[in-house]
Amino acid sequence: MGKIIAVEDAHAAALAAKMANVDVVAAYPITPQTHIVEELSRMVAEGELDAEYINVESEHSALSACIGASAVGARCFTATAGQGLALMHEILFIAAGNRFPIVMAIANRCLSPNINIWGDQSDIMSSRDCGWIQIFAENAQEIFDLILAAFKIAEDERVMLPVAVNFDGFYATHVVERMELPSEEEVRRFLPPHRRQTGYLLNPDKPLTFGAIGFPSIQFELRRQWEEALCRSKQVIKEVWREFEEVFGRRYEVVEGYRMEDAEAAFILMGGSAGTCRTAVDRLREKGCKVGMLKLRLFRPFPREEILEATGGLKTLIVVDKHICLGGLGGPLFNDLRSLYYGSKSSIDVVGFIAGIGGRDIRVEDFERMFERTIRGEIPPEKYVFLVRGEA
Amino acid sequence: MAVSREYFKTFRDLPREDWFIYGHRACQGCGEATAVRIILKALGPNTIVVSPTGCLEIVSSPFPYSSWAVPWIHVAFENAAAVASGIEAGLKVLRRKGLVEDRKVNIVVLAGDGGTVDIGLQSLSGALERGHDFLYVCLDNEAYMNTGIQRSGSTPFMAWTTTSQVGKVRKGNLTWKKNMAAIAAAHGIPYVATATTAYPLDLANKARRGAEVEGPAYLHVLTPCPTGWRLPPELSIEISRLAVQTGFFPLYEIVDGQLRITVEIRKRKPVAEYLKPQGRFRHLTDEDIAKIQEQVDRECAKLGIP
Repeated sequence: MGKIIAVEDAHAAALAAKMANVDVVAAYPITPQTHIVEELSRMVAEGELDAEYINVESEHSALSACIGASAVGARCFTATAGQGLALMHEILFIAAGNRFPIVMAIANRCLSPNINIWGDQSDIMSSRDCGWIQIFAENAQEIFDLILAAFKIAEDERVMLPVAVNFDGFYATHVVERMELPSEEEVRRFLPPHRRQTGYLLNPDKPLTFGAIGFPSIQFELRRQWEEALCRSKQVIKEVWREFEEVFGRRYEVVEGYRMEDAEAAFILMGGSAGTCRTAVDRLREKGCKVGMLKLRLFRPFPREEILEATGGLKTLIVVDKHICLGGLGGPLFNDLRSLYYGSKSSIDVVGFIAGIGGRDIRVEDFERMFERTIRGEIPPEKYVFLVRGEA
Repeated sequence: MAVSREYFKTFRDLPREDWFIYGHRACQGCGEATAVRIILKALGPNTIVVSPTGCLEIVSSPFPYSSWAVPWIHVAFENAAAVASGIEAGLKVLRRKGLVEDRKVNIVVLAGDGGTVDIGLQSLSGALERGHDFLYVCLDNEAYMNTGIQRSGSTPFMAWTTTSQVGKVRKGNLTWKKNMAAIAAAHGIPYVATATTAYPLDLANKARRGAEVEGPAYLHVLTPCPTGWRLPPELSIEISRLAVQTGFFPLYEIVDGQLRITVEIRKRKPVAEYLKPQGRFRHLTDEDIAKIQEQVDRECAKLGIP
């Protein structure tokens, strides 16, 4: 049986990697992720985790080392944030396109300039097309559970793709929360202790060539296979999360609704702001507003059917992004959702807000104001709106 | 001082089999292809090769073809040593956990000079400093040949390249070649050596010693590029020999900090003999050559070469 513990969220990520019995950790410090790799270093030093801990000299090398270790069959974990993810950018694609089942925790942090260590989602959103499975967690329990499940998803032979588990820098790294820590025995019922040693590894007994040059005559097909594999992974993700529920009793869905019964309007967002948003929804409900919230747990592959189903009865969808597609048409989630509904039978109004950039608090009142301004028709559906000081 | 083991005394000691095999698309007279063939003969099939982006990767792996009869991986340009770190750490832990066979596997990086002395230097330094058990081989053709002969940090002084052009006010590359072997040695690793294609047994023995030594080993191999050096392909080996005989590229090894010249040159030839056959140096005046000769003399003096 599991036990209830109080844990810093960053340590919940480290605990998940430990209980997944990772073989290799390649780590480079960057705020606000650092507590994860510090805790893993402690675990290795204490003999609690039998892993090779590689003190790489950059995040670029962190992911590169994970690729090398993954290519010989090791279960690999790394963690990063902000600039570190940007430095990895090139290697993100190579890890995914060459189908290495690496799991990475990302403590989402604002990209420079100005240098800012606080949370928003500009890091992952600037790398969103890298072909990884991208999951968003809200709190310690979700961080632990979704990282543990990420190994099972990544290593499934129908998937063989890396998984990034995102959570808010500081808000979901430097806080202490209640969490149920499962027993070793429970974890082993869910996730095998090691990766299966398949034939697709760097092995002198069966020499294979990895990372060959792709001429125009073949590259397109390879890229399409990757895209299809990523899209197909959604079914496996749902399957693995169902298995997770069977073993641990906690249910995870790709889109999670809150007070969506009879809702005419709903917020949709990713990550830790969901907690604040729930309070705002409660307050608005007290005032008689028919409003709910959708928390998007899976961002890539984009769960289009599930979103369409969850938003079926809505008149208005209020999208809250923590990243600006600079010079574009607003936030990335807003863009995806507008594309999703364009040309569909749905007459839903999709309204976009950009909030929480560079670690700016999104308060309960901010969510209430977003709702009120939307309902009053002050936000034209074609335009995105910034939520900055004095503007909303 | 320990005497370095001679694994290969004659060519008959090298296996007949090849693990870098025919069909690759290297240019005629490519020193890199020659060196890789010899290195893999010296290491044998129980080897995993990592290559960064570069000539070697391009000529050997046009999907779906491959010239590699050993496992081979290419990831990106600046991270071969980091990838090798992961392979080494991965095999180490999997062996410890009984998940893979407990045997020594040679982990070898075969990189170009751009991927080593320029863009890959950071990850190489990290891997050397961490002490991973692997052999890093820099196949130095002294420029970015694959992209069309652009200058690298390993390009010699005054050499013409497409980004160190010769014109009315500039005469080719402005700087002296980066001494990468010395940089590697400064990490205090157990084995550092230089080699070149004209001395294949010396190259084979050094590759093998580098692979056998426990911890990181660095091997810097001068590999003539007839295309980029503007040299007839049939002179590829000859020019490699002249690089050594003129003292332009001395062959040595540093074992646990002790330097030993492995190919002794009793009387150095003038460096002009090395420079003159190469089109990339055709603009040099006697004065320029004298300047290069002075630098070569200084470097040889540091190594105790007469």
